[in-house]
Amino acid sequence: MPQIAQLTADNWYLASQLFWLLVVFAGIYLVIGRGMLPKIEATVDARDRKVADDLAAAKAAHAAADGLEESYRQQSDASRVAAQKAVAEAKDKAAKDAEKRLAKVDAELGDKLAAAEADVAAARKSAMAEIESVAAEAAGDLVAKLSGVKVGAADAKAAVKAVLHG
Amino acid sequence: MAAESGKIDPMHQFEVTPLGGGFNLGGHDILFTNSALWMIVAAIALGLFMWGGMRRQLVPGRWQAAVEGFTGFISNMMMANIGSEGRKYTPYVFSLFMFILFCNLLGMLPLGVLGLHPFTVTSHIAITGVLALISFAIVLVVGFWRHGLHFFSLFVPHGTPLPMIPIIAPIEFVSFMVRPFSLGLRLFVAMTAGHVLLKVLSGFVINGFNAETLWLGSIVSVLSFILMIGISALELLVAGIQAYVFALLTSLYINDAVNLH
Repeated sequence: MPQIAQLTADNWYLASQLFWLLVVFAGIYLVIGRGMLPKIEATVDARDRKVADDLAAAKAAHAAADGLEESYRQQSDASRVAAQKAVAEAKDKAAKDAEKRLAKVDAELGDKLAAAEADVAAARKSAMAEIESVAAEAAGDLVAKLSGVKVGAADAKAAVKAVLHG
Repeated sequence: MAAESGKIDPMHQFEVTPLGGGFNLGGHDILFTNSALWMIVAAIALGLFMWGGMRRQLVPGRWQAAVEGFTGFISNMMMANIGSEGRKYTPYVFSLFMFILFCNLLGMLPLGVLGLHPFTVTSHIAITGVLALISFAIVLVVGFWRHGLHFFSLFVPHGTPLPMIPIIAPIEFVSFMVRPFSLGLRLFVAMTAGHVLLKVLSGFVINGFNAETLWLGSIVSVLSFILMIGISALELLVAGIQAYVFALLTSLYINDAVNLH
């Protein structure tokens, strides 16, 4: 077994192996362990920091967007309430105007109706008066023709009045 | 046929062979070997892999994401086991983990098809033992540096009754001193056993088709080959797990030194 032989006997290659091992391993330690490894680790650390920073920034932006959305919603709520109020006011005012105009028209119509009724009453009164005088004449004529008695116009009028008005 | 089966030596893959380029260092001949070659291949492959992850883009591509997956895996492990102070030790544990992982995986490459001989650096206890000793030395240095002689309270777990201390403390001491051995031995044994098993099975496949009773040998070969496919997948898993265990235990030991109990 050559691995054990070099430790027991005074083998020529033990010294060579140790020498080259120390040279090569020292080279790896200095160039790779001390030279390259810290740079790679620094790159990884920088990336980790960048990722953490970016995540923090994204979180802050998210919070800001949430705040903005909240304020927008409040604003839109407020403006909706205001709009509803304006609409209600306008409706109210329109209803009141319509009522006022209706009342006015109603009053005019009432006046017109009263005037017409008064006209009708007056017409009926005059018509009645004419009927009375015509009836009185007719009654006088009838009496004269039937009995030959001349009835005074005033008596005939009074008799007709009594019959007409009960 | 018995003589032919003897030709396939499962231990041959662990032989260290010189490739040239020697010099003398303190009385020892230092040669460039296949072991050194595969360590350097692993280091270059690791360097290329890491270089692909250095684009430093905010949104990572596939390669950068893979590299960051590995670095994040080790950083998270250090953070979970040691705390924020663990960042200081991440470069060492990361180098250890990636070096072991790449050595393990490169040793698994089927380069034998191309006539090359892949060599698993981590299948040598001289390598894993030295890595374990480095981890152990870091634990000792950090422990005594931060806590001074108070570091010895590590051997007395919190809440131990007074009469139990003379018994508990030696046990804790032994378990502490065994750590570098268990750490190095675990990786070495796992890699060696897996590669020996694969080589033995591949020997069955070859010898089965060369057998005199071909129909029986063919059955053995086909079954061994199916088993090899499964064990190769298992060995890929073991390569990752052993690298992870080595790094995890190192981080736990460093945690003992940094935070005591």
